[in-house]
Amino acid sequence: MVGGGGMGGGLLENANPLIYERSGERPVTAGEEDEQVPDSIDAREIFDLIRCINDPEHPLTLEELNVVEQVRVQVSDPESTVAVAFTPTIPHCSMATLIGLSIKVKLLRSLPQRFKMDVHITPGTHASEHAVNKQLADKERVAAALENTHLLEVVNQCLSARS
Amino acid sequence: MPSKCLEMDTSVGFGVTYATDDTRSSLENPEPRTRARGIQLLSQVLLQCHSLLLEKEVVHLILFYENRLKDHHLVIPSVLQGLRALSLCVALPPGLAVSVLKAIFQEVHVQSLPQVDRHTVYSIITNFMRTREEELKGLGADFTFGFIQVMDGEKDPRNLLVAFRIVHDLISRDYSLGPFVEELFEVTSCYFPIDFTPPPNDPHGIQREDLILSLRAVLASTPRFAEFLLPLLIEKVDSEILSAKLDSLQTLNACCAVYGQKELKDFLPSLWASIRREVFQTASERVEAEGLAALNSLTACLSRSVLRADAEDLLDSFLSNILQDCRHHLCEPDMKLVWPSAKLLQAAAGASARACDHITSNVLPLLLEQFHKHTQSNQRRTILEMILGFLKLQQKWSYEDRDERPLSGFKDQLCSLVFMALTNPSTQLQLVGIRTLTVLGAQPDLLSPGDLELAVGHLYRLSFLEEDSLSCRVAALEASGILATLYPVAFSSHLVPKLAEELCIEESDLARGDGPTKCSRHLRCLQALSAISTHPSIVKETLPLLLQHLCHMNKGNTVAGTSEVIAVCQSLQQVAEKCQRDPESCWYFHQTAIPCLLALAVQASMPEKEHSVLKKVLLEDEVLAAMVSVIGTATTHLSPDLAAQSVAHIVPLFLDGNISFLPENSFPGRFQPFQDGSSGQRRLVALLMAFVCSLPRTVEIPQLNQLMRELLELSCCHSCPFSSTAAAKCFAGLLNKHPAGQQLDEFLQLAVDKVEAGLSSGPCRSQAFTLLLWVTKALVLRYHPLSSCLTDRLMGLLSDPELGPAAADGFSLLMSDCTDVLTRAGHAEVRIMFRQRFFTDNVPALVRGFHAAPQDVKPNYLKGLSHVLNKLPKPVLLPELPTLLSLLLEALSCPDSVVQLSTLSCLQPLLLEAPQVMSLHIDTLVTKFLNLSSSPSMAVRIAALQCMHALTRLPTPVLLPYKPQVIRALARPLDDKKRLVRKEAVSARGEWFLLGSPGS
Repeated sequence: MVGGGGMGGGLLENANPLIYERSGERPVTAGEEDEQVPDSIDAREIFDLIRCINDPEHPLTLEELNVVEQVRVQVSDPESTVAVAFTPTIPHCSMATLIGLSIKVKLLRSLPQRFKMDVHITPGTHASEHAVNKQLADKERVAAALENTHLLEVVNQCLSARS
Repeated sequence: MPSKCLEMDTSVGFGVTYATDDTRSSLENPEPRTRARGIQLLSQVLLQCHSLLLEKEVVHLILFYENRLKDHHLVIPSVLQGLRALSLCVALPPGLAVSVLKAIFQEVHVQSLPQVDRHTVYSIITNFMRTREEELKGLGADFTFGFIQVMDGEKDPRNLLVAFRIVHDLISRDYSLGPFVEELFEVTSCYFPIDFTPPPNDPHGIQREDLILSLRAVLASTPRFAEFLLPLLIEKVDSEILSAKLDSLQTLNACCAVYGQKELKDFLPSLWASIRREVFQTASERVEAEGLAALNSLTACLSRSVLRADAEDLLDSFLSNILQDCRHHLCEPDMKLVWPSAKLLQAAAGASARACDHITSNVLPLLLEQFHKHTQSNQRRTILEMILGFLKLQQKWSYEDRDERPLSGFKDQLCSLVFMALTNPSTQLQLVGIRTLTVLGAQPDLLSPGDLELAVGHLYRLSFLEEDSLSCRVAALEASGILATLYPVAFSSHLVPKLAEELCIEESDLARGDGPTKCSRHLRCLQALSAISTHPSIVKETLPLLLQHLCHMNKGNTVAGTSEVIAVCQSLQQVAEKCQRDPESCWYFHQTAIPCLLALAVQASMPEKEHSVLKKVLLEDEVLAAMVSVIGTATTHLSPDLAAQSVAHIVPLFLDGNISFLPENSFPGRFQPFQDGSSGQRRLVALLMAFVCSLPRTVEIPQLNQLMRELLELSCCHSCPFSSTAAAKCFAGLLNKHPAGQQLDEFLQLAVDKVEAGLSSGPCRSQAFTLLLWVTKALVLRYHPLSSCLTDRLMGLLSDPELGPAAADGFSLLMSDCTDVLTRAGHAEVRIMFRQRFFTDNVPALVRGFHAAPQDVKPNYLKGLSHVLNKLPKPVLLPELPTLLSLLLEALSCPDSVVQLSTLSCLQPLLLEAPQVMSLHIDTLVTKFLNLSSSPSMAVRIAALQCMHALTRLPTPVLLPYKPQVIRALARPLDDKKRLVRKEAVSARGEWFLLGSPGS
């Protein structure tokens, strides 16, 4: 069946997930091609950053698993804030922290420093929602997690372009 | 001594007896090694001269060699060599082949010989099978049995390839297998599935695939193997090894070509069970694909077999099995195994018309019912997609072969379902609905006029009225185009009138407030008109509508915008493109549209006190360019004799003001674009250019000499750059097609004189330069000898203070493809390698020029060079890299953004393809790219960031020292004001983060 995505063998928690369609490339508008017009950072742009992140255990993207959706991205360019809510495929998903961490790292690497970012679980979709949210909000814990070679390896795999 | 003997024998033609005599002493020697050497010598002689042997000598030698087979084992290899030579003899008398083979079968234990000698035995057999087929067949099954013993236990891949070939010939040439069918199967099938990995540096070049294919040819060559092979295949499909599964399914597929019902009968249930399991539990897409292919062949085989009167038709029961196992999956609410089931059913249905009917008539009612049961639009989409799959299969079988039409019973249900999908708010469902409608429409005589009217109504709504979805609109337009070719009447009676009405609506008639504006409604209308112009009879209605609309815009008192006129021209151009396929429509379009366009343009160019607004609009650069493309498209596909008719009207119009062929020709003044006509009239030379430069080369142009002179004159006239450029292009276009000879040389001389006179001084320098550029291009494309001379002249202008920058940009024009003149589609002479040739001929001079030039004009050389490099196919460029790299790196510091951009786009592929060479310059590259990533030009920023991304392909150890610096620097473009720049910055920075980090 579906091969493991880096978590080493073993049974998958959700072996047969529903697969959602990928949205296409964002069409380029005339305004975007105009040198003079500034394009503000919007929800779609943030969504494009995170939709291609690979799931840690399926050879699928977070978008295909409906873990991230554009409607769950809130962004304000002038106030420099981003909030992303993600929905684990099952309420007991043990990958939730890892998925959140991948999203967080992707945003850290891709957004200007001025942004304050908040990554959390869609309310009511996970058993240990608060614990996970707390970990993701804690800067020091995120930094410490990235010092861990094994965790960093998995996160990097999630962020690598799909071959 | 042996070599001397050989030489004598072959060159002088001494008798073999001589050689035998000479070696007699060694042949009788008691020491086996010496005897072996003697025989080896004799065998080598025979290999050289077997064609010269007489029958008597052959008999003698064969007896000798057969006898030697009984000798010491050391001697045998040489004996076999000799027999191989003799097996090639033409003079071999009947009966001896059999006798040699019998002797080998009897005396030699082949599998204990070394590989080379086993190969010799196979060669002897192959040679005899080629030339003595009848004699060998006389041996009956003994021959087969003998061979089985010879190859039993063979291990070498080189020998196996030959042995498999022999077995294949045994079977296909109908040698008697007697009671040895199973033995023959065993001795070959023991290699299945092939498991062979060629050793590294294998000089023999035998691939696993070669062995697989030649063994498959043997196994699948006869139905007589079926009872042994099918159980083996089933066993291997059921195994865990991926390659074994694939090979088995492919072999089964091959077998179906020769098997019939009789062979398959007992194994069908197991075969189906195995295939079903593989497809349901797809471990790999390849296995799934092979499983489906095998099912398709199995079904085809069952459909094809001729039945005896008393036999039961296995096809029906087989299909019933498949249906029984798959249909309940189609009905399960969670839809988990829906796709695998549908794929299986479609694979079987794709095998034959009968299978298709059987399955479709069972599955369609089920799917129709399911569609109504499910309410979510994505589930409905899945079901409709399956239905679409089954409908598409119907197209594989033509109706003549069939008694009934399985779809006719479901027609009404299918139509209502499709229309339901088309009215659903989900775009995805609409899209599938549109595709299904196209497929239904392609079924001959299925849709009734009523259905078609409804369908056209839906397509009209989707392509015209719906607001949001662009993809749906495009799909609906495309579907309209396809269906219009099949049902022109439905479209001309139900859609064209609606669109015609729509075109007449003025802004004032539209309700204020919501709804699309007049402009966008007209635009959609024009798109729809051109989309459905796929049938000649429809073109006869749409073309007049479009032209009428254009005239109407001219007469109306509303303000016709440039963009609206251009939109009409674009529609006309699309119609012209669709007409190109059909010579009659092509001529109709040409004859109707071109006089009308010319008349409008001539009218607009008349000196008049009060121009209507459109008249001015028609003379604008962009509008004329749009008309140029209509005229070009309508001309390129004309047949030469029709084109000649047209040219006889149009050239006199421009040269003599002969307006008689224009539809409305009462103009207030004369039309004299080349004489002292107004500047408006001169602009219309662009339309003349569009026409004459698109004609087939064989069409003779009347008054050519005069035309060329007039064009040349106009090209250096300084009052209006648009018309002088058009004249220069037209001149160049004609020059390119003109056959070599005295007249061409005259034209060229005139042009060169004109250019030199203009360039020397005065107000026309820039016009003369444009003329030079276009003439050079015309000649470069056709490899004319004068082209190098003109190119040098152009290169000289790079250091001209006034024309230098223009000359640099000129190189871009020389290297790129034009759209209006000098195109392949317009029958210009364009040699395929002209860019490479231009590169080799001129780049060294450009580089020299760069080094020699004074500082202030150096950028011109860089820019010219960048253009040449940029347009060159990258594979041609790569080998030149070492010589040019230093120049390119220098070009990165050039302040000109065109040079920067083109240099970056040169370097980017080089980073990907030649990372080793580029590694040497890492320091320069990082610094320059980062600098350019804050350039004021967005395109340069994007290209620089793409290069930063491409840099990550260099070896990681080279990059790591730069990683912290680069990651810091790339934080800035993350906040660029342009989204497209940010996108590149994100991907570049992301890759740099991964460098040398675990998990990347």
